Amino acid sequence: MQEITSIFIKSIFIDNMVFAYFLGMCSYLAVSKTVKTSVGLGIAVVFVLGITVPVNYLINEYLLGPGALSWLGPAFADVNLGFLTFIVFIAVIASMVQLVEMVIEKFSPALYNSLGIFLPLIAVNCAILGGALFMQEREYQSVAQATAFGLGSGIGWFLAIVGIAAIREKIRYSNVPAPLRGLGITFIITGLMGMAFMMFLGIKI
Amino acid sequence: MSAELKEKDPMFSLKNRRLVSAPLNRDNPITVQVLGICSALAVTAKMEPAVVMALSVIFVLGMGNVVISLLRKTIAPRIRIIVQLTVIATLVILVDEFLKAYAYNVSKQLSVFVGLIITNCIIMGRFEAFSMANKPWPSFLDGVGNALGYGLILVIVAFFRELLGSGSIWGYPVLEKIGLYHIGYENNGMMILPPMALILVGIIIWVQRSRVRELIEKN
Repeated sequence: MQEITSIFIKSIFIDNMVFAYFLGMCSYLAVSKTVKTSVGLGIAVVFVLGITVPVNYLINEYLLGPGALSWLGPAFADVNLGFLTFIVFIAVIASMVQLVEMVIEKFSPALYNSLGIFLPLIAVNCAILGGALFMQEREYQSVAQATAFGLGSGIGWFLAIVGIAAIREKIRYSNVPAPLRGLGITFIITGLMGMAFMMFLGIKI
Repeated sequence: MSAELKEKDPMFSLKNRRLVSAPLNRDNPITVQVLGICSALAVTAKMEPAVVMALSVIFVLGMGNVVISLLRKTIAPRIRIIVQLTVIATLVILVDEFLKAYAYNVSKQLSVFVGLIITNCIIMGRFEAFSMANKPWPSFLDGVGNALGYGLILVIVAFFRELLGSGSIWGYPVLEKIGLYHIGYENNGMMILPPMALILVGIIIWVQRSRVRELIEKN
């Protein structure tokens, strides 16, 4: 249990998707103009990461990894389908996003209306595939750990995008040098926020 | 038919050359189109991985644009995203296997970022914006041009981060050879950390936009 909490906290603050690995920057920069839309996208990312990381974990464990197919019989014990990782992960993500979209549309039209436009965007958000690939690289031990990592990374991403959106709403009233306006200053603010987040590096969990 | 024949320009006509040169400055994928930033920043602490990454993207985007452009009349619009993702993923697997075989150390340094070329928005962006509607040869040039524009920013950022952060260029300890350390110079450790990549790109955008005024945003 302690292990799981520490993975969760670590993936929110220390290994933050945006500030430590620059994942999902494209939608981070494009959708962070107002707090309202960025909350919507942030929740969608938490949702999708929380689902796709454990699913990809199971696929990696029982289909793709070295020796993963041994449950089929001893003849398959040394089959390694690792080279298919990318194509399978991206297919899983694209279809999970589609599925999640359909389920939400059916059961919660209100949530669908607020998330709807963002869900298709998420299939090609690098944070989602990045989450799956980091999960594979860091070799988590159980589904619970993978889920904690997925949810934690999602929440970290959520915090980052809501934070930058709030700052961007305020900075509209300040006198930014003309060539820096818009994109340039957003990069620099993100850098500064990243420095602030680096203070979590010293924390041992 | 005759109209189609008329469209044929020489291989290196002005229009085609512009496809390659525009993304280097005025239409740069990173600083102007805001595409492909995710992977651009993470691999720029040193020159070598940045250049390898740029070459991989040139390969994937150039080839991918040609493939998509050849298939453009047969892809049904509803399933185009999944077709595009399959094409990219196949090309990226080729790059990944190649790097693992011939440049293992760099491949370890790039870690998940080779795989993340798949979701690099620059690639989907160019497929959607250009190669779905154009012939293979211009698409190839557009792909190479945009990947070069992407690589250019990568190399500039990596150059400064490596020079100021580790005091070397391409692993060669320049500052030590000059003898800067004897007079009390210290490497700026901050440059190797992730936030400085963002700030450097911000500064590049600043410089570029103060030279090309029409890029300035209205706010």
